[in-house]
Amino acid sequence: MSSETATVQQVAAEKDDIGNFSYPENHKFDAGYGLTKDTIDYISKVKDEPAWINEFRHKALEVFRSKPMPTNWATEDLNAIDFDAIRYYLSDGATPKRSWDEVPPEVLETFDRLGVPEQERAFLAGVEAQYDSEAAYSNVKEALADEGVIFVTCSEGLKEHEEIFRPWFGKVIPVGDNKFSALNSAVMSGGSFIYIPKGVKLKHPLQAYFRINSENFGQFERTLIIADEGSEVMYMEGCTAPKFETATLHSAVVELVAMKGAKIQYITVQNWSSNVFNLVTKRGLAHEDAEIRWIDCNIGSRLTMKYPGVVMKGERARGEVISIALANDGQHQDTGAKMIHAANNTTSNVVSKSISVGEGRSTYRGQVHIPKHLKGCKNNTECDALLINPKSRTDTYPAISVKGNQHVTQHEASVSQVSQEMLFYMQQRGLSETQAMSLAVNGFINDLVEEFPMEYSVELKRLIDLEMEGSVG
Amino acid sequence: MSLTIENLQASVDGTPILKGLNLEIPAGEVHAIMGPNGSGKSTLSKVIAGHDDYEVTGGKVLLDGVDIDELEVDERSRAGIFLAFQYPAEVPGVSNANFLRAALQARMPEGEEIDAVAFYKEMYAKMDELEMDRKFTKRAVNEGFSGGEKKRNEILQMMMLDPRYALLDETDSGLDIDALKVVAKGVNSMRSPNRGFLVITHYQRLLDYIKPDVVHVMSDGQIVKTGGAELALELEKDGYDFLKQSA
Repeated sequence: MSSETATVQQVAAEKDDIGNFSYPENHKFDAGYGLTKDTIDYISKVKDEPAWINEFRHKALEVFRSKPMPTNWATEDLNAIDFDAIRYYLSDGATPKRSWDEVPPEVLETFDRLGVPEQERAFLAGVEAQYDSEAAYSNVKEALADEGVIFVTCSEGLKEHEEIFRPWFGKVIPVGDNKFSALNSAVMSGGSFIYIPKGVKLKHPLQAYFRINSENFGQFERTLIIADEGSEVMYMEGCTAPKFETATLHSAVVELVAMKGAKIQYITVQNWSSNVFNLVTKRGLAHEDAEIRWIDCNIGSRLTMKYPGVVMKGERARGEVISIALANDGQHQDTGAKMIHAANNTTSNVVSKSISVGEGRSTYRGQVHIPKHLKGCKNNTECDALLINPKSRTDTYPAISVKGNQHVTQHEASVSQVSQEMLFYMQQRGLSETQAMSLAVNGFINDLVEEFPMEYSVELKRLIDLEMEGSVG
Repeated sequence: MSLTIENLQASVDGTPILKGLNLEIPAGEVHAIMGPNGSGKSTLSKVIAGHDDYEVTGGKVLLDGVDIDELEVDERSRAGIFLAFQYPAEVPGVSNANFLRAALQARMPEGEEIDAVAFYKEMYAKMDELEMDRKFTKRAVNEGFSGGEKKRNEILQMMMLDPRYALLDETDSGLDIDALKVVAKGVNSMRSPNRGFLVITHYQRLLDYIKPDVVHVMSDGQIVKTGGAELALELEKDGYDFLKQSA
């Protein structure tokens, strides 16, 4: 009997929506609904965690409870999250498999359908595949492990590599940075811990795939990447979830540490279904001559709030955020960047492009901070918005605080629309309205997409084509 | 086989522009429409192409005998109607090569891909005919193009899409004499017993290089006079004053 037909619950039959399928739940470990101290102890017990992490979690829970929802500046839609209607931990066990053969069939099938093992064979140096709360699979190429590269789950990292892990964990993004970083710190599970030794330059990317399979569930992965002096790494993450009737929560924390002269490039292509609240905190710390670059593609979700940041702590450090957001009907992409200059001659660059389709809404929030005592800092910020329909919406909130007069900053913003004349022209050449819209959108982001590895630009184009289907007319 | 326009009436925002226009362009012929500004020449080409802004209030357009009233703009294109625009739109970020490829791909049966090697070979050959630089393929469609480059691009697209009937709307405007010759050469190379042309122009100059079989004069939304190529020369000499006299 084909397992494909026997076990798959195809949620959306009429449209081949990438990632919109789910399998029956079959979890050994389930923390149940709601978040209490018991939830935390349950998670710690399943994971067999050291006491210091359990304490860290309990303190974080207090911080989470003490902080109000940030609706004083963010959308009221956050109040729609019912924290008691969410399950905070679902897994089959805390230890990932090192071989796809050992992964449970429905999980393997899930990642097969998402193309993960195929990509691993084709061009990746290592892969982690997370299914609900835990990684089902995690493996790094043997040659890299021999060079001392560590690529494990965060749970493994904190237990097996405490001496490297602990000094940086929670330092780039403190527990109390915001309400959702506190929530993540309380119930974190999954995510990656990566250490690249001095001078090691990875030729191929490492990849993580975060998959939500269960309804009324929250995914809280935690990632810490440390690139030691002069090393280089590219990390890519993909995210999907099926479309459920109820809201799903994804709240990750990602911390990057680039030591002297190191380079980290972190690429996200997320395609959440439109019921997901995606509230993620991402920040990197760049030491002397180090470079951190975030490439962030936000497609889907009900609400995304994400402002990747770089703290340039050492001289001549460089930070960059390149982001693309597409907000379709009923979606709000609230994204941006934070650039904190904390040393002389540091340079940051922000390029943000957003596309609002139908009644979709995109918001850009940018923070650039250059204090008075520094000199020779540079920032360039560009944010461009494309509106597809008359009802589409975009807002821009740049906050540039530059003190002192020995700096160079530049800010440009534009809003454009796909004009009727452009559409008529493209349709007169034989493209359907949808094809014409897709082409216009791909053209709008083309200069950014050219910066991506080829495999990801193809994927992004495919996702955009799917989003544009049925969004016009 | 012909592109036939019968008693066509069309208005924009309630104002009638085409007022019962009749025209037949048999395959294999080049027809020119001349006329003063505001006579409805450009409107005619847009109505044939199916532009939304114009409401067809009467009459019909027949493509080889088939009424195309119900067809969308892109369906008309794929059925063989090509419009070379007077003011081609810019498509930022989309390269000429990708745009043409997408347009050709839209004509392929479901599940079939165009052959990329053959595509480039054909495109380069046609670009050579139009004296276009190879770098042009990577530039965004019409973005930052000079007037001459835009018009050459329209002709290149026409050559690649191989239409049954081509409508050229003021293709000569904004062209210097050298560019005009190149564009005309491209059009002439496309003349064939299977293809019809409608050349819309305000000036006779273009018709020195693209010799029409039939010349029509349009005024106030109708064809008011039809003749041979010599009619264009008369108009050049005497202007459109006769229209006022006859009115």
